[in-house]
Amino acid sequence: MALGAWAQRVDETLTRFGRRPEYLLQMLIALQEHENWLPPEALTALAAALDLPRARVEGVVGFYSFLHAEPVGQYRLLFSDNIIDRMCGSEALMARLCHSLWLAPGQVSEDGLASVDVTSCTGLGDQGPAMLVNGRAIAALNEDRIDIICELIRQKLALDAWPVELFQFENTIQQRDALLSCTALPGDALRAAIAMGRDAWLSQMQASRLRGRGGAGFTTAVKWLACRDAPTVEKIVVCNADEGEPGTFKDRVLLDAHADLVFEGMTLAAWAVGARRGFLYLRGEYLNLRPALEATLARRRAEGWLGASIGGVAGFDFDIEIHLGAGAYVCGEETALLESLEGKRGTPRIRPPFPVTHGYLGLPTVVNNVETLAKCCLIALHGGAAFAATGTAQSAGTKLLSVSGDCARPGIYEFPFGVTVRQVLDACGASDTLAVQVGGAAGITLAPYEFGRRVAFEDVPTAGAFMVFNDTRDMFEVAHNFVRFFAHESCGFCTPCRVGTSLLAGTLDKLAEGKGSPADLLEIEDLDRLLKQASHCGLGSAAPNPVIDGLQKFRPAYERHLMHADFSPAFDLDGALRRARQITGRDDAGAHLPQQPEASR
Amino acid sequence: MSRSTFLLDGQSVPFDDGQMILEAARAAGRYIPHLCWHPDFPPHGSCKLCVVKVAGRHVSACATPARAGAEVESDTPEINTERRTLLQMLFVEGNHFCPACEKSGDCQLQAMAYDLEMTTPRFRHFFPDRPVDASHPEVLLDFNRCIYCELCVRASREQDGKAVFALTGRGINKKLAVNAESGRLADTDFAADDKAARICPVGVILKKRVGFAVPIGERTYDRAPLHEVALPKSEGDT
Repeated sequence: MALGAWAQRVDETLTRFGRRPEYLLQMLIALQEHENWLPPEALTALAAALDLPRARVEGVVGFYSFLHAEPVGQYRLLFSDNIIDRMCGSEALMARLCHSLWLAPGQVSEDGLASVDVTSCTGLGDQGPAMLVNGRAIAALNEDRIDIICELIRQKLALDAWPVELFQFENTIQQRDALLSCTALPGDALRAAIAMGRDAWLSQMQASRLRGRGGAGFTTAVKWLACRDAPTVEKIVVCNADEGEPGTFKDRVLLDAHADLVFEGMTLAAWAVGARRGFLYLRGEYLNLRPALEATLARRRAEGWLGASIGGVAGFDFDIEIHLGAGAYVCGEETALLESLEGKRGTPRIRPPFPVTHGYLGLPTVVNNVETLAKCCLIALHGGAAFAATGTAQSAGTKLLSVSGDCARPGIYEFPFGVTVRQVLDACGASDTLAVQVGGAAGITLAPYEFGRRVAFEDVPTAGAFMVFNDTRDMFEVAHNFVRFFAHESCGFCTPCRVGTSLLAGTLDKLAEGKGSPADLLEIEDLDRLLKQASHCGLGSAAPNPVIDGLQKFRPAYERHLMHADFSPAFDLDGALRRARQITGRDDAGAHLPQQPEASR
Repeated sequence: MSRSTFLLDGQSVPFDDGQMILEAARAAGRYIPHLCWHPDFPPHGSCKLCVVKVAGRHVSACATPARAGAEVESDTPEINTERRTLLQMLFVEGNHFCPACEKSGDCQLQAMAYDLEMTTPRFRHFFPDRPVDASHPEVLLDFNRCIYCELCVRASREQDGKAVFALTGRGINKKLAVNAESGRLADTDFAADDKAARICPVGVILKKRVGFAVPIGERTYDRAPLHEVALPKSEGDT
């Protein structure tokens, strides 16, 4: 690499993003495309050009899983590590790939060609196992596909020259209701809302009782009103497409199959609150979707549904840009998302103030989920009352469920709110079901006696994940997987979540090794309580959910991992010799220490 | 005009509009434990040691506005147990060897552990690998003791106008970074008389060659416990 080449690349990137520091994350993502990592001199040059402290730039790189301050090889292969991918055999496939490429997980091959590791759920649970190759998703992995990928890497073929079908995935829509069967043309909903006028449109939103589909369930119209009434003139609309909750993929399908509804929903929000700028914050895992989304935006501009004087209304100016995430689940939390949009580390803010008054760059901002915004089109087309006519008393309308796991027909199901868990299980062809995880890792684990409960904000709330486990599964392993996910994704801001999620994961590791004791179960319950009560944001307070539910409903699955002593130490005498064995290349009996000296005597 | 009040552990505390629980308590001579909060900076809310219970919810006293008539629980067995657990987490996360630490006796983390009667680390130690940075002629950085309060980050940025420090990494792998491509403090514009050089509540940022000028046994928290030292000395003094 000739000296000064990075200076030129940095300069090109700066020009592309208008030298604005709030585009730092986007610049880093773009810069990394050159060599698959960000060398120190690139960070120094970028920091200097933006007049930012270098350490701040380094801090942003260090925060996001998909940004690398060290080389990761020409091909970076990341296996989706959700429990559902594991149930589909991801671990064996990863071992096969590592074996073929002669490398160990987490390490870069000696020739610098490739590295293999795991990543959090990539949102392809209905067609797993899945992986990312330099950020681009490949679904439906099997031994044949792994061998093909391995061969392509050996040939050092550029990703653009790989067979396109590798990067294609299905939109498995199993059941349609109001939203997924909507046949409106681009602009229909906007035309209707414009005809109503801004205030009447907001009244329709109020009448619809639409609540946020991202999980929290805040009433959308209340958010919009607060933003509209905030004193600052300039307003922002953000679509939260950081669909990171393990087991969720309905936003992926909406963005792929119904992007017009999503963008139109954002424009409807802009019409209500008076925003001129909109952002789609797209999780890095959904990079494959970006070209089509950009094309849709371009078409909508050409059609007059974005840009100046939308629908012929003077002063209704609004446009949307796409920002990419870079592998950080916490950025799905709306204030962390705003930090990330501003090019910073995705640390959740102290609230209040709330985004509706102090959001993106301190401007009043509405942040809505992909599905929430798409639903706004239905309200504009058919009116608030029609929307509120389906669902339950506190949960109007329908809900998209991302069904995966042990069932005959995984995919997207649209049901009116109030559907029972059993109805969903019947629809997807699940049998011998031991448990259902509703709402993702942060959600709730339901046992068979609860399958009569309803999906609704007033009973079982969910952002859309619905993972099915049959009676051959170990619910301890499920919770173990989820807790490791939270430990990996904790932003590290507050003490309870930063340390507590790792301590919890460590204790579950100990149980998984068969070294648990009753004291560990008490410790787990204590950590659960602290995480729930003292964490700064929802990530930390939700992290213990799978374990709390597991201990309550599937306690035998945990007790099987106990040694039935009051206490046993985590320290592994034999494990301490692992490095010595590795160095000497020995693995015979003489290179091991007995685990329980008393018993072996 | 009479000021509004709230109840802190059953006793009335007056407050001004917009004042946070911790600040109001402090002004009234009532101590709520804190590590990342500092009177010269806006609330940060990361250490969570100032956790209090208000209407059944556990909130950070430093970042929660006081409300008239609110009942705030702070010095209770439940909340102090929670604080002790948080302290234990901070101790096992880093490498804290008090007997060998030159900040011993002047360290807020250590003093708080005494204050809250923490007697064991309880959890398994993480023993992270955090090399020290002795490159600067006047100041040593011992990252082993960092508790991520970001006071040095904030002081350097907001008071020294330098931005010598920042955080990098994520979760349990979070790290304090120094503003230089080499990663060495010597290659920054850091100076020993910066505000950031004097603000570390633990033993990360240490002035060289004066470590034992005050003998152990005669140091700040050897003379008086943290809950006394941390309060303003008189009205208006922070």
